[in-house]
Amino acid sequence: MANSPFTPGIAAGRLSSEALDRNFTDLHPPLDKHEALVAADRCYFCHDAPCVTACPTTIDIPLFIRQIVTGIPEAAARTILDQNILGGMCARVCPTETLCEEACVREVAEGRPVEIGRLQRFATDTMMARDSHPYGRAENTGKRVAVVGAGPAGLACAHRLAMYGHEVVVFDARPRPGGLNEYGVASYKTVDGFAQAEVEWLLGIGGIKVEQSARLSGGLDLDALIRDHDAVFLGIGLAGVNALQIEGVDLQGVDDAVEFIADLRQAEDLSNLAIGRNVVVVGGGMTAIDVAVQSKLLGAETVTIVYRRGRDRMSASSYEQDLATSKGVRIVTNARPVRVVGDGAVQEAEFEYTRDVPNGLDSTGETFRLAADQVFMAIGQKLEDGPGTLQIEGGKIKVDESGRTSLDGVWAGGDCATGGDDLTVTAVAEGRDAAEDIHKAIHAGAGTAIETPRQGIESG
Amino acid sequence: MANLACEFVGIRSPNPFWLASAPPTDKEYNVRRAFDAGWGGVVWKTLGEEGPPIVNVNGPRYGAVWGADRRLLGLNNIELITDRPLEINLQEIKTVKRDYPDRAVVVSLMVPCVEDAWKTILPLVEDTGADGIELNFGCPHGMSERGMGSAVGQVPDYIEMVTRWCKQNTRMPVIVKLTPNITDIRYPARASKAGGADAVSLINTVSSITSVNLDTYSPEPSIDGKGTHGGFCGPAVKPIALNMVAQIARDPESEGLPISGIGGVTTWRDAAEFLTLGAGNVQICTAAMTYGFKIVQEMISGLGDWMDEKGHASVDDVVGRAVPNFTDWQYLNLNYVTKARIDQDLCIGCGRCFAACEDTSHQAIAMNPERRFEVIDEECVACNLCVNVCPVEDCITMEELAPGAIDLRTGQDVVADYANWTTHPNNPGACAAE
Ligand SMILES: Cc1cc2nc3c(=O)[nH]c(=O)nc-3n(C[C@H](O)[C@H](O)[C@H](O)COP(=O)(O)OP(=O)(O)OC[C@H]3O[C@@H](n4cnc5c(N)ncnc54)[C@H](O)[C@@H]3O)c2cc1C
Ligand SMILES: Cc1cc2nc3c(=O)[nH]c(=O)nc-3n(C[C@H](O)[C@H](O)[C@H](O)COP(=O)(O)O)c2cc1C
Ligand code: SF4
Ligand code: SF4
Ligand code: SF4
Repeated sequence: MANSPFTPGIAAGRLSSEALDRNFTDLHPPLDKHEALVAADRCYFCHDAPCVTACPTTIDIPLFIRQIVTGIPEAAARTILDQNILGGMCARVCPTETLCEEACVREVAEGRPVEIGRLQRFATDTMMARDSHPYGRAENTGKRVAVVGAGPAGLACAHRLAMYGHEVVVFDARPRPGGLNEYGVASYKTVDGFAQAEVEWLLGIGGIKVEQSARLSGGLDLDALIRDHDAVFLGIGLAGVNALQIEGVDLQGVDDAVEFIADLRQAEDLSNLAIGRNVVVVGGGMTAIDVAVQSKLLGAETVTIVYRRGRDRMSASSYEQDLATSKGVRIVTNARPVRVVGDGAVQEAEFEYTRDVPNGLDSTGETFRLAADQVFMAIGQKLEDGPGTLQIEGGKIKVDESGRTSLDGVWAGGDCATGGDDLTVTAVAEGRDAAEDIHKAIHAGAGTAIETPRQGIESG
Repeated sequence: MANLACEFVGIRSPNPFWLASAPPTDKEYNVRRAFDAGWGGVVWKTLGEEGPPIVNVNGPRYGAVWGADRRLLGLNNIELITDRPLEINLQEIKTVKRDYPDRAVVVSLMVPCVEDAWKTILPLVEDTGADGIELNFGCPHGMSERGMGSAVGQVPDYIEMVTRWCKQNTRMPVIVKLTPNITDIRYPARASKAGGADAVSLINTVSSITSVNLDTYSPEPSIDGKGTHGGFCGPAVKPIALNMVAQIARDPESEGLPISGIGGVTTWRDAAEFLTLGAGNVQICTAAMTYGFKIVQEMISGLGDWMDEKGHASVDDVVGRAVPNFTDWQYLNLNYVTKARIDQDLCIGCGRCFAACEDTSHQAIAMNPERRFEVIDEECVACNLCVNVCPVEDCITMEELAPGAIDLRTGQDVVADYANWTTHPNNPGACAAE
């Protein structure tokens, strides 16, 4: 007898394969050519466009959209990729509702922005459908740079360095490159193995060697890296997770959300992935939303997100919150966990209601319990393996605006470094900018004005 | 509800919306359906001489210009006159007119430039009971190479001659259809009048190439790798047509000559504009070819509502109303001063007005912090460009400065009196020519 959403405990195969396929398809399906033209035509080609300012990688949005309108989507892609080499992924995962599309004048005017994200995807998909890489390397400089972490920050840094003709070695702890693109973001945002395809495409520039399963401080020590390379870039993300010190967290069924999502992303067959009947998620960020939605899509009967403050304080955007509720996830706010109850395996989670007081949160004294076969903790990630010699600020590697750390010859960017939001697009911007600064620092004779070596599109 | 019925050169129709001579009027089946849909009249697709009919190309005959969402803005065609036998057309005209006696049926004609050819065909048309004829002196492609169509329409003497032949050989009203492919439209209109024409109709299509295929290097539409110029029509030609209609309407030499307005009429509003600039009715082709016959319902309701709102009881009340306000540049009031005004509540901050004025005009818009755009009165010449590029309707308006106010650009007081170029101190000729 097959399992169903009502099967007690934690079980795999609650839904048929067809239902799972349907649930995990593209959240925002690609635009076809006509749809793209209609969507692009809505852009006003604003002067000094506010959407551009709102994009952490400063993509020239009106220009690329005009290039779509005039029938040259590959030129549009080049406009995007010049600024953001992971423009394909960003088109899929950026919370555009709080970035470019929030700033779009048509959002201001009509509450309906130009669909910048989907147009970006149209352009980059068109480009990536060609079997060639649009950028070439400048003449080999003989300089070698080590990049630690093959996430968005590390990849963006490596690509820009390769364009300048430097040799890059990327070390990554995981078996596959991509960082959270591969192990983190929700499946329905990046379907059909796009993360790996994009990395492969990016490496098409040449001059980048990637070493997987190579963890810093478990084999790679920073001193040696500095010694053997002209520069080092750290893009190691936040590999650790915050733990909650409450009674019962050791019970079977209390799981870390990020780890579960990584398993989900790597699952060959989702019908083999077990999920609880009643799932409770603790947290209020993107991770909480993602784990909750995907639990529901896997067939959990009930999924409840519990966040300790009000809705307006959740770091997940209201768009993400609406997505969750539209999939049947319940969001409970102003409540924090006090204990997890069970006998070997979790059965219930107990919460107390909270209220905001001047220096934090206070309990109202009222508690409630939710039935739970599985409790996901999604209360944030933290820096791990950060070399002790580096100055840390607020739990992150301290960097200046060019990505320089406190150690000479060492740069850092992405989630592991200070500054900016923890977003894919921010990581790309920081990796790219650090590469520009590294190039300036190591390339004798390089002028101050950095010109991107633009190769003909036919170079691949 | 206003009465839309009208009488044009003695031909009555229940409304002023006629289908122009073109594919929609090329056969009985179409015309019946058009009349059933509510069209007031048709000008039958141009007939040629008796004998083997002309042939059309067997490849594509249209090119197009599109706006957003593939909205058709202009159509270009290389079609010739009817390619169906004369007898069949005449027979069909006869039955249709018999079955729809209240609708206007005018027959478009194009035969060689010899009197006998016209003498031969006119009685045949008269025999159908048709209400009138339209002389196709406008077709700019194909037929013109054979000395017909616009080849006649471009030579006022020929127009006059052929018109006279027709007037002498038929009792039917004669409408002369003009080509826009000429420098001054008033000359062919005067020639028509001199030849005794009852009316002119215009415009026929504008010579055009809509696009070039950048893979094959052939103009479109491409017939086996080659293209030819065609005739352009549809919304894009409306401004050209409106001007030509109005130029004739206000020309003292053709005063009183009825005009059938054609070219880009797509909505009731376009039709109303043609009427106000002197057209006694309108003819429509592309709009019907784009959306089908049903559009006439919108035209009828729109024109009627607008006439009711304005208190115009009949179409005649509307015809020519805007003509007295159509003047020469030299008579425009130079003491009329306006300034652009931006409604900050409506402004969405796109900055297009700024880009337009700053890059290409008078540097009269300031881009202030928080993307607040403001007009600098000291620089604004009131050109209106910002109004036209602003994506928000009524966000920028042109505000008239009251007499006594100071125009900050010139530093001069605004004067209440009318004064034009003919008396302006900068004008070297006391009373300058055009
Ligand atoms: C569940 C989840 C969903 C998310 N969804 C979105 C989203 O929809 N949109 C969005 O914009 N952002 C999203 N984010 C955030 C986004 O994924 C990150 O901001 C982004 O991936 C940061 O990139 P990074 O390169 O700094 O780090 P990461 O992507 O974390 O990459 C770091 C890389 O470094 C490697 N590494 C770590 N430690 C070591 C070591 N010691 N030695 C060698 N290698 C090491 C890791 O294996 C990893 O490959 C999400 C995050 C999570 C957790
Ligand atoms: C395909 C096509 C064929 C046409 N054939 C004729 C014709 O045979 N005789 C004629 O007088 N005008 C012909 N015209 C011109 C139209 O009658 C009309 O003058 C012109 O299209 C402008 O009006 P519109 O903008 O409403 O289309 C033709 C137009 C088109 C598009
Ligand atoms: S703000 Fe919107 S309309 Fe303006 S350029 Fe950006 S996408 Fe286009
Ligand atoms: S009316 Fe012309 S000059 Fe004045 S602000 Fe507008 S664009 Fe500039
Ligand atoms: S063009 Fe119109 S909407 Fe745009 S900034 Fe100017 S006034 Fe505002």
